[in-house]
Amino acid sequence: MDIAINTSQSRYHVNEKGYYGEFGGAYIPEMLYPNVEELRENYLKIMREPAFQQEFEQLLRDYVGRPSPLYFASRLSEKYNTKIYLKREDLNHTGAHKVNNTIGQILLARRLGKKRIIAETGAGQHGVATATVCALMGLECIVYMGSVDIQRQAPNVARMKMLGATVVPATSGSKTLKDATNEAIRDWINNPVDTHYIIGSVVGPHPYPDMVARFQSVISEEIKKQLLEKTGKALPDYVIACVGGGSNAAGAFFHFTDDESVQLVAVEAAGKGVNSGFSAATSQLGKPGVIHASKTLLMQTDDGQIVEPHSISAGLDYPGVGPLHAHLYTSGRGKFLNATDDEALAAAYELSLLEGIIPALESAHALAKLKDLDLQPDDVTVVCLSGRGDKDLETYIKHLK
Amino acid sequence: MNRIDQLFQQKPKEVLNIYFTAGFPQIGDTLTVLQALQDGGADMAEIGMPFSDPLADGPVIQDSSTRAIANGMKIAVLFDQLNGFRDKIRIPVVLMGYINPVLQYGVENFLRSCQEVGVDGLILPDLPMDEYETEYKPLFEKYGQHLIFLVTPETSESRIRKIDSLSRGFVYAVSSSSTTGKDKDMRLQESYFRKLQAMKLQNPVLVGFGIRDKATFQTACQFSNGAIIGSAFVKAIENSANLQETVQTFVRNIKQ
Repeated sequence: MDIAINTSQSRYHVNEKGYYGEFGGAYIPEMLYPNVEELRENYLKIMREPAFQQEFEQLLRDYVGRPSPLYFASRLSEKYNTKIYLKREDLNHTGAHKVNNTIGQILLARRLGKKRIIAETGAGQHGVATATVCALMGLECIVYMGSVDIQRQAPNVARMKMLGATVVPATSGSKTLKDATNEAIRDWINNPVDTHYIIGSVVGPHPYPDMVARFQSVISEEIKKQLLEKTGKALPDYVIACVGGGSNAAGAFFHFTDDESVQLVAVEAAGKGVNSGFSAATSQLGKPGVIHASKTLLMQTDDGQIVEPHSISAGLDYPGVGPLHAHLYTSGRGKFLNATDDEALAAAYELSLLEGIIPALESAHALAKLKDLDLQPDDVTVVCLSGRGDKDLETYIKHLK
Repeated sequence: MNRIDQLFQQKPKEVLNIYFTAGFPQIGDTLTVLQALQDGGADMAEIGMPFSDPLADGPVIQDSSTRAIANGMKIAVLFDQLNGFRDKIRIPVVLMGYINPVLQYGVENFLRSCQEVGVDGLILPDLPMDEYETEYKPLFEKYGQHLIFLVTPETSESRIRKIDSLSRGFVYAVSSSSTTGKDKDMRLQESYFRKLQAMKLQNPVLVGFGIRDKATFQTACQFSNGAIIGSAFVKAIENSANLQETVQTFVRNIKQ
């Protein structure tokens, strides 16, 4: 396994200044400069160390349970008259792809001598994955979570607490992921020396989008190998992933970006409909601007105030998108679709009944677009099943009634 | 000559700069507060352009921003309010805000409006120094706007030199590694202030963050050319029944 540290420069990867095309950069107040600069100077150096790679690899194998299976979903394939493979990130320890990144960052934080870990979380998957690796390494863990999300993701809050983390409610603004991120950034400003901030998505100031994408790139690295084994060809026709900030999509796309024959499909949350005023479909509704220290597409008013998004899925309820996705969108390399709350719910039920797999609501957005892609019988499609649906049972049960 | 430079030429010590959020507590209060600050004896004013996600600010300034936005405050509205304010206000005025609303307004449009109404400088904490230097510096100069950069206790000496060389007007020394409105003990930062003093920067230095009353103001002034009060002032005027009186009393309590 290789954590994509020696990837040749691609026009879709970050450049030396931290930009993907016109997007990215580090729009940070001076108070954050030393922290971010320390990371920027060290992240590639540390990721290249053989001892680091060995430890990362070993933990992903023995602790996370990688490689995650690439599963041929025969009944789903039959339904859509095509070939659909599910990349089973839901089978990872802690139930989602988030742990790939937290394992990487906790090892990095330890090498930087940090004693205290902070994180933001939306659905709680990243919070759980962070609390997990902090328990594993014996480090203090503080997770910021919007108070609205604390309500709708109770099982994950309980998990974090059982793992020894302190969960701090973010009560400003929309009280969701964006505000949890603000609070985590503020904590980092107030604790500049001993604290590492484990961002959970490909957002934030450079080098975070690149660092997180590289840790998640294990997803596409495995897909390539597994697909070759199963089909004799390493390249699928489509890779589909949901996008909030976009970390599972970044990981699932990473090793395919230069293979232009592979269609990269990002599915955003349309909420109650793209133009309903209750949506999180950033590529459709956003304009270039700066959110959480990164230049990207974001949902905002004409005078530059960040708009509060809506999605039934807490993990996609974010008004921005990682700068690499903004670049994939504007350059035309990525196809950006969106799924409504209702479409996602229907897709979750469909997968449950056809394949016996209850997906996370986030991942259900990706599944919801299978019907819209005009897939041909010989097309090979990989859907990144980023997480499992246990945390969403309450929402699912409500819908069942 | 820029009013900020004039001020420090005439008064190199104990400069009091007060921050307040535009359109707070009520949308129409911006000029009332500004006038009362001048009447009370403030040397400079810093007007906050409210932003929905102010990363460097604590709860007091964020709450005032949220209210100001709800009141209808936007950059365009602020410029309308400031139109003609130089008939009455002689103290230097700087605008403070985050880069995103400025980008949406258009950087050059924004700088032109600043010059037209009589703003003297800007504090944009999340505009990176490199981007300013490579993309925007000539524009700021064209429209006579000083850009004021921040330094913190964690800023390296070489970076402080760089910041000092790019800053115009003054350097904003953040008193501790914190968001605004935290009451961290300033005496702990004495070595940092002494270091700054010994560096003999080309710009005057104003200390901000954690300055809230006469005592903290005077401590800050021992090591600098003056200080900036923000959260404590915003809190003081939040529920004021007589804004002019509250503002003037606040300033006099610091100055006397």
